Amino acid sequence: MSAQGTRDLLLRGGRLVDPSQGLDAVGDLLLRDGRVAACGGSIGTPDGAEVIDCTGLIVAPGLIDVHIHLREPGREDVETVATGAHSAVAGGFTGVCAMPNTKPVTDNQAVVGFVKRLGEAAGFARVYPYGAISVGQKGETLAEIAEMVTAGAVAFSDDGRPVESAHLMRTALEYARAFNVPVAEHCEDMTLARGGSMNEGLMSAKLGLKGIPAEAEEIYVIRDILLAKRTGGHIHLCHLSTKGSVELVRWGKERGINVTAEVCSHHISLTDAAVEGYNTNAKMNPPLRTAADVEALQQGLADGTIDLLVTDHAPHHYDEKEREFADAPNGIVGLETALGVNTTYLLHRGVMTLPQLVDAMSCKPAKVFHLPGGTLAVGHPADVSVFDVHRKWIVNPKMFRSKGRNTPYGGHELTGQARLTVVGGRVVYRAAE
Amino acid sequence: MASLLGKDLLGLAPLSADQIRLVLDTAVPFREISERAIKKVPTLRGATIVNLFFEASTRTRISFEFAEKRLSADTVNVAVAGSSVAKGETLVDTARNLEAMKIDMVVIRHGASGAAQFLAERIESNVINAGDGTNEHPTQGLLDILTLRNHLGDLTGKRICICGDVLHSRVARSNIWGLIKLGAEVGVCGPRSLLPNAIGEMGVTVFDRVEDAIAWADALNVLRLQLERMQAGYIPSLREYNRVFGISAARLDKAPKDLLILHPGPMNRGVEIDSDVADGPHSVILDQVTNGVAVRMAVLYLLAGGKPELADAAKKGTV
Amino acid sequence: MTKKPSTVLDARAIDRTLRRMADQIVELNAGTDNLVIVGIQRRGVQLAERIVRIIRGQEGVDIPSGALDITLYRDDLQTVGPRPVVGATQLPWTLDDQNVVIVDDVLYTGRTVRAALDELADFGRPARIALAVLIDRGGRELPIHADVIGRKVEVAADQRVDVLVEELDGRDEVIIALREQEG
Repeated sequence: MSAQGTRDLLLRGGRLVDPSQGLDAVGDLLLRDGRVAACGGSIGTPDGAEVIDCTGLIVAPGLIDVHIHLREPGREDVETVATGAHSAVAGGFTGVCAMPNTKPVTDNQAVVGFVKRLGEAAGFARVYPYGAISVGQKGETLAEIAEMVTAGAVAFSDDGRPVESAHLMRTALEYARAFNVPVAEHCEDMTLARGGSMNEGLMSAKLGLKGIPAEAEEIYVIRDILLAKRTGGHIHLCHLSTKGSVELVRWGKERGINVTAEVCSHHISLTDAAVEGYNTNAKMNPPLRTAADVEALQQGLADGTIDLLVTDHAPHHYDEKEREFADAPNGIVGLETALGVNTTYLLHRGVMTLPQLVDAMSCKPAKVFHLPGGTLAVGHPADVSVFDVHRKWIVNPKMFRSKGRNTPYGGHELTGQARLTVVGGRVVYRAAE
Repeated sequence: MASLLGKDLLGLAPLSADQIRLVLDTAVPFREISERAIKKVPTLRGATIVNLFFEASTRTRISFEFAEKRLSADTVNVAVAGSSVAKGETLVDTARNLEAMKIDMVVIRHGASGAAQFLAERIESNVINAGDGTNEHPTQGLLDILTLRNHLGDLTGKRICICGDVLHSRVARSNIWGLIKLGAEVGVCGPRSLLPNAIGEMGVTVFDRVEDAIAWADALNVLRLQLERMQAGYIPSLREYNRVFGISAARLDKAPKDLLILHPGPMNRGVEIDSDVADGPHSVILDQVTNGVAVRMAVLYLLAGGKPELADAAKKGTV
Repeated sequence: MTKKPSTVLDARAIDRTLRRMADQIVELNAGTDNLVIVGIQRRGVQLAERIVRIIRGQEGVDIPSGALDITLYRDDLQTVGPRPVVGATQLPWTLDDQNVVIVDDVLYTGRTVRAALDELADFGRPARIALAVLIDRGGRELPIHADVIGRKVEVAADQRVDVLVEELDGRDEVIIALREQEG
């Protein structure tokens, strides 16, 4: 019986996969008072406990997505903190980091606090706000990083845009070092990328669209790795999309530079062929690239060069996407398809093992961003993802909890689906049959 | 009988070689109509055609208007300033309004690649692409190819070099797709900064020097070089462009054979082409203009008519 | 039930018929002055050429002649869809005040002739227009009649009358066959 009077939750008979403990075995998991009370083996049912049979399912530490866009404040018509957090748990995520390119920009303690409180009130996934690196994300002056950390910001980025001034990025890395928070960069050389709306390659030549060359990303990747080397700060590279970027990160890690990297589910599963027919639901930044890039990114995940998987969930209004390709905004939603895409393209194709996948979707996000969770060890928060890696389903955007419907996976069949999500010991999502 | 070209003409890339030949063959008798005293046939009498031009264009619009009127269709010209975003009414809404007015055909010119396809997927009227962004300009490609065929005969194995800013040219791309399908050998010549990076994979031969292109080709299609390219930093100056890449009489004199000279117009005399070449004996530029009306009449004729169910089936690709 | 095609006119009969038609045309025109013979694409053109040759042989006069393609003047574009244009239209310099005789192979609904009349009107103002056809198979849908008829035949609606000419088909023959399903 719990001290707080809430019911215990016993997840029985699932396959417990927790790389943080080196655990991969069938067993039980007991959650009490919002924390893990016992993990593994056969656990007797405490009085009054709710028991959920997890036979045939995977029981993992709650999945954490460190790169999503919630549109609140400013574009609540497209997504709110609540709808985004709900979308997250429907996708199996117990924690998300929300990028600061809101309106107004999350560049001060007030907006950070606002987003944090909205997340807590929604009661779905835990919402950790990002703060902006520069005021208004204008790339001119440093924002109040220390105050934002106090208000609950966990990382800093001007994502949506790069920090064009190397001097400003250097300063941010040095300054943030004291607070032990990552500085995350959206790597894009705007002079190379300007006017482009998809990857520069044969596909863009065929469609008559201006392309964004891979080098637009790679130039900033190596720039920031070098700045991290100079400053000893922690650079986290957002949504890598090219083979060259993977090779550069490998170079940096070999030299002991504090660089971490993430990749989106769409970049390890789709190529620029998805744009065929001017499909605006395949338009995002950085764009989908070539098969060679997809392969290199998958390999980077497998060998640890790329640390973790994200979605860059970016909801847009139907009207905004329903226009000429060059004018449509960048971005696709991803929270409710990520797990299925990752199991389909990485697990079932033998690119990653299940422990590796859980590591990249839960343990490492927690570790790299210094977040609670990412483990089922006793005493840690009771954030759990229960999913079925064999379940086949067809993606139907109309069923999304997110307000956004802009996905290229509509009608695709995926193998792998979230079935039950627990945050702080409470069941916040249960899949319909 | 199913519609022979499908519901729309969006580009030459989606057409088969047979369909392209059909348009060319159909254009021949239409040329004759433009030489009659009464330059009119009643074929599209009662059809309503809207010329929806989001980009200013005099020559293409006039050519289409002649084609439409000579087929006895009713023509409406709509000139839209700026992109749909700037204007406030989206392309989707424009499309729906046209549909509601029961338009038979729309000829659209727009600044965004893919705009013609966007429109075609949303309305039942036939859509003819008069130029979408940097993607395609199919009727221009067809009239260029017809002009080449008139002078060179069967184009299999013939060498056509497209000179100039291929990167930004929808005319170049339509020409490339169409000529390759008809078995011609296609070359491109221009500063590398004005060629698509993936040009090597597009089935064409690349010439860095115009002298080499002239020595190789049976015909040159010379593209207009726009001032904006210099301002955007793609080339140092128009002066240097003319010195290095300009088609001059002196350069043509060194050609091993008589080359045909084509130009989609309007010309920048003294930049990409010198006046004595444009007005000279090898130039077939005025033929292109005459063929333009005939080709457009042929396209309108081949797309028109047929049952509405056929238009629907064409949209779904089941025809 | 398939019926074997049956021959209505063989090569010699066609020749005889055309000779008679040529005589009738000249008679109708009270001579060869201002006479213009225009054949409708496709096979009307070949028949017209032969009539012109016969008249040259009989009267020693070269009658101006031409060809008319009526595809663009058809009235069924909206229901049947566009057909590839089958041939060229080439007419003498002027038709004003001339006596035009339209020549076609088979007269059926009359719509082809109506289209031909519309098209001729775009070229000038003939003094009169007459119609000569090798075969009249009845079934008129418009008030059109032929002034000179080679042969009248009775055929059912599900049958077709085909005129074959040496220049295009390798032989001269008029046959009646079962109409095939339109594809």
